Amino acid sequence: MDPVNVINLVLAGVLTGLVYGLMALGLSVIFGVVRVVNFAHGEMMTIAMYAAVVLFATLGLDPFLAVLPVAAVFFALGYALQAGLINPFITRPEHSQFMLLVAVALIMVNALLIAFGPSARSVQLDYLLESIEVGPLLLDRGKVLAALVALATSALLFAFFKLTRTGKAIRACADNYLGAKVVGLDVKHLYALTFGLGSACVAVAGCMMVLLVDVTPVLGPAYTLLAFVIVIVGGLGSMTGALLGGVLIGVSEALAGLFITPSAKSMFSFGLLILVLLLRPQGLLGKKT
Amino acid sequence: MNRAHALLALLVACLAALPLVANSYVLSVATLILFFAFAGQAWNVMMGFAGQLSLGHSLYVGVGAYAAAGLYFHYGLGAWAGIWLAIALCVLLGAAIGFLAFRFGISGVYFALLTIAFAEFTRIGFDHIDWLGGPGGLFIKVEHRVGWDLVNLRGAPAMFYYVMLALTAAAFALCAGLLRSRAGYYWQAIRENEEAAQALGINTFRWKMLAVVISAAMTAVAGVFFAFYYNNLFPEQIFHISRSIEIILGPIIGGLGTLFGPILGAAVLTVLADGITELLAALGWEFPGVKQVFYGIVLLAVIMFLPHGIWPALARKLGVGR
Repeated sequence: MDPVNVINLVLAGVLTGLVYGLMALGLSVIFGVVRVVNFAHGEMMTIAMYAAVVLFATLGLDPFLAVLPVAAVFFALGYALQAGLINPFITRPEHSQFMLLVAVALIMVNALLIAFGPSARSVQLDYLLESIEVGPLLLDRGKVLAALVALATSALLFAFFKLTRTGKAIRACADNYLGAKVVGLDVKHLYALTFGLGSACVAVAGCMMVLLVDVTPVLGPAYTLLAFVIVIVGGLGSMTGALLGGVLIGVSEALAGLFITPSAKSMFSFGLLILVLLLRPQGLLGKKT
Repeated sequence: MNRAHALLALLVACLAALPLVANSYVLSVATLILFFAFAGQAWNVMMGFAGQLSLGHSLYVGVGAYAAAGLYFHYGLGAWAGIWLAIALCVLLGAAIGFLAFRFGISGVYFALLTIAFAEFTRIGFDHIDWLGGPGGLFIKVEHRVGWDLVNLRGAPAMFYYVMLALTAAAFALCAGLLRSRAGYYWQAIRENEEAAQALGINTFRWKMLAVVISAAMTAVAGVFFAFYYNNLFPEQIFHISRSIEIILGPIIGGLGTLFGPILGAAVLTVLADGITELLAALGWEFPGVKQVFYGIVLLAVIMFLPHGIWPALARKLGVGR
């Protein structure tokens, strides 16, 4: 086994992992604030991927440009979903919220199946396949750009939560629901805003993901599980944890494909999940509750 | 005999007489309803009674099914032997998962995700067990579709129906007994407020373990039935998370923690799914996915407007207790 090859694979895993991380970041932000586990997360991701494919096929829009309109639409849809459907469930038991989102996920994935059929779609752009040479290493240009966009989006989100008044208010809701209400914050609006932001993250991640893989409707449930694995490993509710978890899973998938068999790669991820849950249930970077 | 008992007796009599009047299609739908009623009842012990949300019950269905089917396939040992292996394996698995989760203080969402992780881990693992067919599936020989070989669980569709009816009735009786036992009251205390239950001196670890083990054992039996009824097993299908969700929809729609909820929920969902299929066929809208979209919308409506399920509302109308 050539060590340069292994390093190339690890780097590719890191780049894909950053896109995974952005997807999981959306889930983590939503859970951290709204305390609802979004079981439709992967399905939303798949919808974003199809949106990018359709925009490319009909208008010839490059996914790097499609990111902006898709993210804007997803923000609005996420806001509406939280305000209309999930807010009334905030005080309901966990299993009720879970069933609600399972129903939403079921509708989403099958609506995609009706609209696009089961066959795979992709975006074909010549420049994506060019490689960048760094010494002996080879990097896919598409992967590098996708990872950069994912990093930039995460940085924006961090800045929003750290620097703006609205970001602070949202963190206040996450820390103390009752306290936030007492000081006069419009918690329901802030929850909807958070869900919108989480959805926008997924939209960006989806537009980037079509550069890396072909999209089919069944990816939805698989990505939901993947996002769960990543956020639990990184720490549910922790933003840096989601990115770290994404990179870890990206690299472990790449290496499992090399050292074991490619079909066992997600078994490795689930094994990691079980270990983390047992040894450090709050996740690698999560805070103890 | 009160009104509830009279209605129950009437229901059992109708179900027992069904194969005399029903055609094979109705019988297959009824068998499916009973299967989901039974599996839902099993899941309900863990979630409905003891408040532990499992989203990975496909694990026990799959392991139970593969254990019995493997014994039959390789050694010709029928369901009479396989059922014990299935129960033993699932009890061990359930105890292991429960022990790890409860000892390490994992609860709520984290517990649910842990159960998914174990089911998915096992699903991918079974894809790599060639002895049990791997991803290509395990097929049991279909020998005779007449006659009644109860010991080996081979025979006519009506036999499978009666087996499932007996299992569902037994599960109902077991759960009714459990609910009125010491364990049942402890479980409900844990479900409502675990810390308070602990403060009252209930060993919550022990009783939660008992709920998981009973639930796993019952689900293993469902798995054995599944193997011999359908005669083919694929890891992709039997361990899939959608199988777990199918199992838990019935009790949630019917009424969590109630005895009739799982049965009513299974009946409503199965009839609904078949009704939608028929309706779509009549309309000529048989595209893949249309059925599931309708299913999702109905589910959404029930969760939004009947948060406690159908049975509590219906029980009040019928004038019987929960």
